[in-house]
Order: sequence, then structure tokens, then C-alpha cells
Amino acid sequence: MIRVEPRNANSAIFSYGVPILSAVVALILASIPLWLAGAPVLISYVEMAKGVFGSKFAFSEMLTRATPLMFTGLAAALAFRAKLWNIGAEGQLYLGAIAAVAIGTGYIEAPAFILLPLIIAFGCAAGSVGMVVPAILKTRYGADEVVTTLLLNFIIIIFLQYMLEGPLKDPMGLGWPQSSPILDQGMLPPLMERMRVHSGLIIAIVCALIAQFMLARSVWGFKLRAVGENVFAARHAGIKVNRTILGAAAISGALAGMAGVSEVAGLKGYLTSDLSPGFGYAGIIVAMLAGLSPIGVVISALFIASVFVGADSMSRAMGVSSYLADLVVSTSLLCVLIGGFFGRFKLVRTNLEGKN
Amino acid sequence: MPTLFNMSSSPVLTLNGLSKTFGSVQAAQSINLELFEGEVLALLGENGAGKTTLMNMLFGHYMPDSGSIDIFDSSGTANQLQLGNPQAAIAAGIGMVHQHFTLAENLDALDNIMLGSEKFLELRRNKSKAMQKVQKIMNDSGLVAPMNVAVGKLTVGERQRVEILKALYRDVKILVLDEPTAVLTPQEADKLFDNITAMTQNGLSVIFISHKLREVLAFSNRIAVLRHGRKVGEISSKEANERKIARLMVGEETKVFSRKKLEVGEPVLEVDNLTISGSSKRESISDINLSVNKHEILGIAGISGNGQTVLANAISGLVKPSSGKIKIDSENILSFDPSNIIQAGVGRIPEDRHKDGIVGQMSVAENMIIEDLNSSKIQSRGLLNHESIMRYCSDLSSKYDVRGPGPNASARLLSGGNIQKLILARVFEASPKLILANQPTRGLDMGAAADVANRLLEARQRGSGVILISEDLDEILSLSDRIMVIYDGKLRIAETHDRETLGLMMAGEAA
Repeated sequence: MIRVEPRNANSAIFSYGVPILSAVVALILASIPLWLAGAPVLISYVEMAKGVFGSKFAFSEMLTRATPLMFTGLAAALAFRAKLWNIGAEGQLYLGAIAAVAIGTGYIEAPAFILLPLIIAFGCAAGSVGMVVPAILKTRYGADEVVTTLLLNFIIIIFLQYMLEGPLKDPMGLGWPQSSPILDQGMLPPLMERMRVHSGLIIAIVCALIAQFMLARSVWGFKLRAVGENVFAARHAGIKVNRTILGAAAISGALAGMAGVSEVAGLKGYLTSDLSPGFGYAGIIVAMLAGLSPIGVVISALFIASVFVGADSMSRAMGVSSYLADLVVSTSLLCVLIGGFFGRFKLVRTNLEGKN
Repeated sequence: MPTLFNMSSSPVLTLNGLSKTFGSVQAAQSINLELFEGEVLALLGENGAGKTTLMNMLFGHYMPDSGSIDIFDSSGTANQLQLGNPQAAIAAGIGMVHQHFTLAENLDALDNIMLGSEKFLELRRNKSKAMQKVQKIMNDSGLVAPMNVAVGKLTVGERQRVEILKALYRDVKILVLDEPTAVLTPQEADKLFDNITAMTQNGLSVIFISHKLREVLAFSNRIAVLRHGRKVGEISSKEANERKIARLMVGEETKVFSRKKLEVGEPVLEVDNLTISGSSKRESISDINLSVNKHEILGIAGISGNGQTVLANAISGLVKPSSGKIKIDSENILSFDPSNIIQAGVGRIPEDRHKDGIVGQMSVAENMIIEDLNSSKIQSRGLLNHESIMRYCSDLSSKYDVRGPGPNASARLLSGGNIQKLILARVFEASPKLILANQPTRGLDMGAAADVANRLLEARQRGSGVILISEDLDEILSLSDRIMVIYDGKLRIAETHDRETLGLMMAGEAA
């Protein structure tokens, strides 16, 4: 007979091992449908790897894809650490993008060193508002933020469509629902010549480093962790719980907003309603895979971006559907969740000698 | 082994060489124990001595590393109990009432009692029959609890009674009680034991775990003492006395704390006409007046659920009063927020130390500084000063004897006594003017409880005022300068300090 018993201590091997093992297991499990589809499994994975590491361009594409995932992953990780369930990073991303476009397409004419920080500041502020409002509803009236943030996503996307058909519509856009392009001096500089990867990546990594440091070493991070782990003890100890939650909401929203800024001012240059293929939701997976560690978010964003970019290239080479990427990503999330269970509990084999 | 005990009755249970290790800890080392029919066996020992581990092995919650358990049927034949299987233990007629309640809070008491003992499909149909049976048990045992109220709304004392009723409902032959009287009034406890004694006449055998030497001596037939996972002694209750047992338990004489007469100073806390209208009666208090002076311990006795939690919450700043005033050092508290209260010089030892006292996932060091985040030795410009915190934590750990896996380990890994010491360290290091200690020794072993008592007396000596809220009358009587009793949200002064008067006031009977 096998029984489940709680572990006495958090195992360090588990906290690092589980995400890595989950990723590996997910790739192994994904080989089953690959094999069923009639593709040679090993060659397919080689093609997948080539699609990420095979050329400078492939690698830069992976980094480009990882950038918004890092921002939304950080947004989710920080909020989740405070037990604030921000499911609205997708909407906050679009708020950030709308703000960036609103001031970056000619409304303000300024040199890059003024315009770029302004675009970032406005984008972050807009994303921030998108999370602070549900957080206020939560702290004031007890409204469940899972529901409010999730539903706000749809409201914001409809608002976005209105903006793209109305106030932000590009007059030169031949009727397409898209915004005017952001001024050249408002664009995030590219990192490599003739590649799409841009300096948003650097900003994302710096944000992760700062978040990691602040969580571990600052009074702010201390309060955020205390509120997240035990809100009763935190309140009893005199920590201002609501203020801490609102602070976490503001930062989380700002990071999600920055994902929007980075996509629109780093990559596309103009805003359309398909700017994000679900980066906000994928950020939740990135954060969970990272065990809510900011540095971990960077690594897991790179992994998930690799899977997506690699699967695209594999599907072109082998003729299998690129939905395999979704399969790998979701299997790895499931593996992390199952692995998290084994981090907290252990299975114990019991003998059946005792009889009655 | 020479047997001192009643040989006329036959054994119903023997534990043969049970051992269990958790990691590097030997929680039980080849423990042998016998239980005879109709006997009350008291299991004594400090926290961590292995009592609960042993009982959990008996009940199948833990799988022993080695050893066996025999259950004897009415003809006296031994049947080996299947280990590590609670179902088998229940089938063998073993019932257990845990120290930490195992009730579903959203179900009513009757459903909780029936849960698991009857098939799901029969639940509705047999409810009235079950009620009859419970009613009979309640009449027989005197353990009365409302049956049709969600358990979450019951007091701690009532929940305990439901737990015991739940075990009795299953027609147990062997009943294990893990600290059953921790939350009962002396009268209720006496009644419980009277009824248990009566039930043992009908063949029930009882093992009970307790820290209270008085009741162990008064109500058990035999006492087994555990220390560090070993059985260190077995003694017939007739031949035992408090000193003898205490020496077996801790391996040395326990200290009796000396309480010097002190001249009281000016008031540090004044509560005037404090009224809080909560959502239920037990969350309400009305017209509370009290004051605590320097060099004084005010004991507030009462059974849990009579308003002491909400009174403590108001003084802690967690609840805003409906009307009335709270003054600390003659300053009116206007903003009810824990941080203000801490700044005003109030140290709080919360009732539920796991929930309100510590953030279990954070480290021991972090829990030590959590009330003091603005101090310059903890932080500068918003960043934590890691080295200084570690130094502070190791100083406090040795000063307050907090033992555990180290300052960086999660606080939840500490034992109950050490968690309380951590909280004491945090509270006393801030040299508070007023200390609010709510049930500070509940669930602690003798050593840790004595430590808490001595710290409170030291604080009184230094000039703090102390409010001691407790259900343990011995504790109230031995520590308090003045005693008040809370019943039904109202506070009354106890003129005479003796167990009987206080017990009656706690039950709301005497004028």
C-alpha cells in the first residue's frame, strides 16, 4: 500500500529540481503525439532545437518571444507572492500598449531620451491602473480579484477595439483597425543589427534582478511575502495589509503594462488588436514554472519561448502541427503542479504485514 | 516485568516495542504499554516526549518503524492490529480525540459526528435515529453541545465536546483523549472525568494525555510517563504525587515561581465602557471596564467563546470598538490599527500562535523582526540589514532559549513551545508598557509554560502591566494580582480568589 505523508521540510532539491524535471517530462510526453503523427521523434526534436539554437536569427527570435513573457511572468509572480491572483495581465498589457501608442505616435514631439522614458512611464502607469482598480475592489469590498481581473481582460480588449476604430485609428492605415506608428525616437533600440530582438529584453532582465533583490532584501519585499504567506499574522504584527496589497498590485500591473510597451514600441511599432497571442495568460505559466521566483521567470520565459519558436520551426520542417508547442507548455505546467505536490508531500510504501 | 496493577481485569490492548523516527528525531523508541479493561491510563510527558506520536501509531495515522499492537477481544485472545490503517483501528474499537480538532467547520455537529461512521446514502434517513443516539450519549456523559449549528460557529470548548461525542458515538472500547480538558472549565472537566469513570464501569478503557497533574492524579488509575521518546516510568496513581510525576517527566524538580509583593504603579491601560457588537453573541462584549497598572498582572478567567477573543482583538487594534474608550498611558487610542498599538507600547501574545503569531513559511529570524521593521538596526533606507538581523536573532534565540533548526529555517518547523518562545522574544525585547497575553500556555509542556509564566513575572517586576487571559485557573491563580471573570461578554471582578468561586463565575452561575 502507498500512503501520502507531508514532508517535514521544504526540500531544496525539489524547489529547483521540479521545474527542470517537469520541462523534461513534458518534452518526453509530447513525443507520444509526435510519434502518433508519424514524425520521427528524435529528428523532430533536433529540428526544434535547430529552430532555437540553429542560427543567430533563430536565437534572436526566441529572445524576442521571451521578452514579453518575462514581463508578464514577473507581473504574475510578484502578485502571486502576495496571494493576489492577477489573471488580468493580458488586459494590463493592452492598457500599456494603448498608453504607449497614445503618447508615442506624435501627440508629444520630443527627443528619444525624453519620449522613450515617457512612453514607458505612461505604459506602466496604465497597466498599473488596470490592476490597482481590482485590488481596491478586493481590499474595500472583498471582490474576488480572480473574477474581476479576468473579466476586465475582455472589457479592455473591447475598449482597445474601440480605440483602434476610433481615436487611435491610423488615418493612413487604409481602413485597417490599427494605430499610427510610434515615432522613431519613441522606439526601443534594437539589440542586434537586422534582428528583431530589442532592448526590452535588457529591461526585462533588469526588472527581474531588481524584483529578486527587493523581494529578498527590502522591507517592501518582506511585507509582501508576509502578507502573502499569512495575512493574519502580518496584520497582527502591524503590517498595513491593504497598502501592501495595493503596492503589489501597482507593480504587477506596471510590469504587465511594460510587456505591452515593449511589444508595441520594441517590436511592432504600431498597435493592433492581435498584438498579444495570450502573453498575459502565458505569463501565469511562466511564473508557476519559475516557482514564483523572479530570476526563475527569466529562465522559464526562455524555455517557453524556445518551445514556441522551436515548435514553429519543427512544424515547418516536419509537417506536424505547431500546436505541439501548446501541448508541451501545458504539460510542463501540469508537471510543475504535480511536482509541487511531491515537494510538499511524499509517498510512503507501507508493508502489509499487520493483519486483522 | 512486575505488575503493580489490578490483575483481576484482563488487558485489552498491548503496544509491543513501538518505534518511530522522523528524519533524525527518535519520536518513539521501543515503547511497551498495556491497557486493562475498565482502566484510565494517563500518558504524561513534555511536548515532544512522544505521546502524540505513540497515539497516532495506535490509531493508524503513523506507520511504526518496528513493533506491533495487539487488541484483545472479549474472550481474551490477542489479535494483531493492522498497522498504519485508521480504518482497522476504528474497526477494532479504538476512538481518538485529537488535540487539534478534526471537524468539518461548515457541517453541523450532528453531521460531523455521523461523518465516516455511516454510509453516505443512509445519512438523511438515519439522522433522527443518530440524533437519538447522540442525545442518549449526551445525557449519559453530560457532554452537551448544540447539534444543529455549523461547527465553525461553536466555541473551542463546544468543538472539543463534539469531538468526544463523535468518538463515543462509534461505540468505542478504547478511547484515546489527547489533552481533553485544555479548553474545559474545572467543573466541566470534573464532570467529564466523572462520566468517563462511570463509563469505564461498563468496560470502556481510556488513555488520556494531559499536562495537568492535578487531574491526572485525581482521575487516572495508572500513569505512564514518556520522556524523549522513551517510557521512563509507570506508576499507580495511588502511589503517585505531583512531585514524583513531575520529576519523572522533566527529569528534575520543576521550579515553582515566586511572586514578590510589589507596589503597583499608575495605570498603563484603562478601558472605559467598551462595547463591541459583533455578528454573533460570542463576538460581542458590552460595557467592559478595566484598568491595569504598572507592576501588576490582571488575570481574566473565562471559558473560551465568552468574549475574551474580541476583547483581546480590540486591545490589539484588530477590531474597532462600537463605543467606549481605550487609553494606553492615559493617551486615548483613536486609530485602531495594530501598528499604532505596538507603537503605543503594547506587546501582544496572540491566542492562536500559529495563525496570528508567526508567518510559518518565513524564517525564524524574519518572524523575530516582523513587528520591528522600522528600527534602524533592522533596516536602513528600506533595505534589510541581513547581518545585523542574524546577529539579533541569534542573540534572542539564546536569550529566550528558542531551539530549532536555526535562524534561516521556516518558523513552522519549530515546536509549539519554541514558537511561543519566539513570540515572547519579540514581545519582551520591545520592553512593552503593557503585555496582553491571551492563553499564553495553551498546549505548552510544563517547561515551556513555566518559562512563559516566569517571563510574565519578570515583566511585572520591571514595571509592565500584564493582562493574562486564560482558561487555566491554576495559571490565573498563581500569577494574578487581581482576577476578573469574563462570561457572556461581560466582565466581573472576582472578590475571592479560589477555584470554586471562579469556576462558578466562569459558568455564569454565582452572583
